[in-house]
Amino acid sequence: MAKGKANAVSKHYKFRNMSAFDKAFTIVGNVLLALFVIAILVPMIYIVVASFMDPVTLQNKGLSFHLKDWTLTAYERVMSNKMIWVGFGNAILYSTVFTVISVFVTLLCAYPMSRADFRGQKFFNLIFVITMFFNGGLIPTYLLISNMGLIDSMWALILPGAFSVWNMIIARTYFGNLPRELREAAEVDGADDLTYFFKVLIPLSKPLIMVLVLWVFVGMWNSYFDAMIYLNSEAKQPLQLVLRAILIQSQPQPGMISDMQSTAARAQLAELLKYATIIISSIPLFVMYPFFQKYFEDGIMIGSVKG
Amino acid sequence: MKAGKLRRTGGRQNESFLQYVRKHWQLYFIFLLPALVLTIIFKYIPMGGILIAFEEYSPFLGITGSDWIGLANFTRFLHSPDFIQYLMNTLKLAVYGLLWGFPVPIVLALLLNRIQREGLKKKIQLVLYMPNFVSVIVLCGMVRILLSVTGPLNGLFGTSVNFMTIPEFFRPIYIISGIWQGAGWASIMYTASLANASQELREAAVIDGANIWQQMKAVDWPAIRDMVVIQFILSAGNIMSIGFEKAYALQTDMNMQSSEIIATYVYKKGLLDGDYSFSTAVGLFNTVINVILLVLVNKVVARMNDGKGI
Repeated sequence: MAKGKANAVSKHYKFRNMSAFDKAFTIVGNVLLALFVIAILVPMIYIVVASFMDPVTLQNKGLSFHLKDWTLTAYERVMSNKMIWVGFGNAILYSTVFTVISVFVTLLCAYPMSRADFRGQKFFNLIFVITMFFNGGLIPTYLLISNMGLIDSMWALILPGAFSVWNMIIARTYFGNLPRELREAAEVDGADDLTYFFKVLIPLSKPLIMVLVLWVFVGMWNSYFDAMIYLNSEAKQPLQLVLRAILIQSQPQPGMISDMQSTAARAQLAELLKYATIIISSIPLFVMYPFFQKYFEDGIMIGSVKG
Repeated sequence: MKAGKLRRTGGRQNESFLQYVRKHWQLYFIFLLPALVLTIIFKYIPMGGILIAFEEYSPFLGITGSDWIGLANFTRFLHSPDFIQYLMNTLKLAVYGLLWGFPVPIVLALLLNRIQREGLKKKIQLVLYMPNFVSVIVLCGMVRILLSVTGPLNGLFGTSVNFMTIPEFFRPIYIISGIWQGAGWASIMYTASLANASQELREAAVIDGANIWQQMKAVDWPAIRDMVVIQFILSAGNIMSIGFEKAYALQTDMNMQSSEIIATYVYKKGLLDGDYSFSTAVGLFNTVINVILLVLVNKVVARMNDGKGI
């Protein structure tokens, strides 16, 4: 917005220029917003602080900010456990392969679907959109995967969801909004569709690709259902399944607590391990998070332009 | 093909389909094919597998060899005492979740839009969007920690309630943690729409002496109204497709009475008990209701919104 034009508005936003009603409204609104922000932060901060606490102190006295009550025991125990790292490795592998295949297939499909002259577009669109609302459901899909011999294979997690109709629609809209002249110029130069796609379209679609990569990767990284039903071997478990055993089923990896003498001590330690596990598993996310933030609104803008 | 040749007059519109495909073969055989193959194999073949809902399926006999029993699986489900309970659990969880959760992101976006200092606004957004990236497992792990008998919430009130084992607490826990995780993220699209609100209109409203409430009604609400309608249709239409992952991760043996929803029941019956046909029938029942709901909601909204559904 132009600065001069917005002057009247921004002046009005200044608290001291407001009417009494507006002042009250602003205060109540900002307090509500602040409460929501605090409600998000408090549980997170609690878990971070608690993860450093000595288990006995935590249970008896709650949080303490005396450094003498702090310990890295939980972290040492979690990090020295093999399964966490196996989980990380698998999650990185599955999420990366899934992202590459899914984004590639989705972009490929979006290109012809974005062309107004593409014959059969309505028909193919119908075929794809039906699957957004109607599907075979759990068992028929499971039987298919099983008949294909994909049980306990990472492809069972990757192939069924690799093509996302929703993402294709977003990409199609994005391609469709690029100027027509681009393709006409490429056609005059004698470029075929493949050349045009890789040399012109893809380089122009960086924001779109970043957004899709982010969504698809995070989606795969955070899911556990498919891995739970299709993977049997412990060595193939992705991080979320390892976390599930520790956090939800309260079954820490055997080596983590077995040296403790009493049941009570084991239970306390098992509880503390949960905190450290949450933190360790979230570190990659929080390292990457600020870097990706600038793409969030791009993503919404790309997605919300309806085709 | 002959007809195609006859119609060929040089103009693009008059090309036959076959000629078009021959000329643009890459579009079909390189660009479209991978997506089409994946869709047919992993979406349409399982749709054929729905047939087992009408059979007494045995893996040894296969889909074509198993005995046809018609609607017996459906009547068995509809007559079982659990049916109403699981259906109501699913509906209540989704409907209450929608009613409580839907307005929150709208309010957040409207309030955020009033924050004038860009730096502060960015920081608030950073916090609001963060929980969206927490996985279901970690979220439910956090819930279990915070609400455990010896956890901080009980510590705060000096009580020792085991929240996770009490059926009455399941829905509030599910819905509040859902708002905690998703409301900030869901507000992005409203924030983006508000950024596109007409500045002239806002200026005019301010000069006319409109107070904040009147500005919100005259400027902000029109800017986000379409988005609100679309979001409402999408959420309401998807009521029956409420996810498996979170409900399952918050389930305990004790809170089953309210936490067993159709999705978790389908999983347990099908994959844990191996009752393939029955589980498929329950799943199909769920999908069909979902499709009907989606069509109905779209019709209702279209009527309210000058014939514009989606």
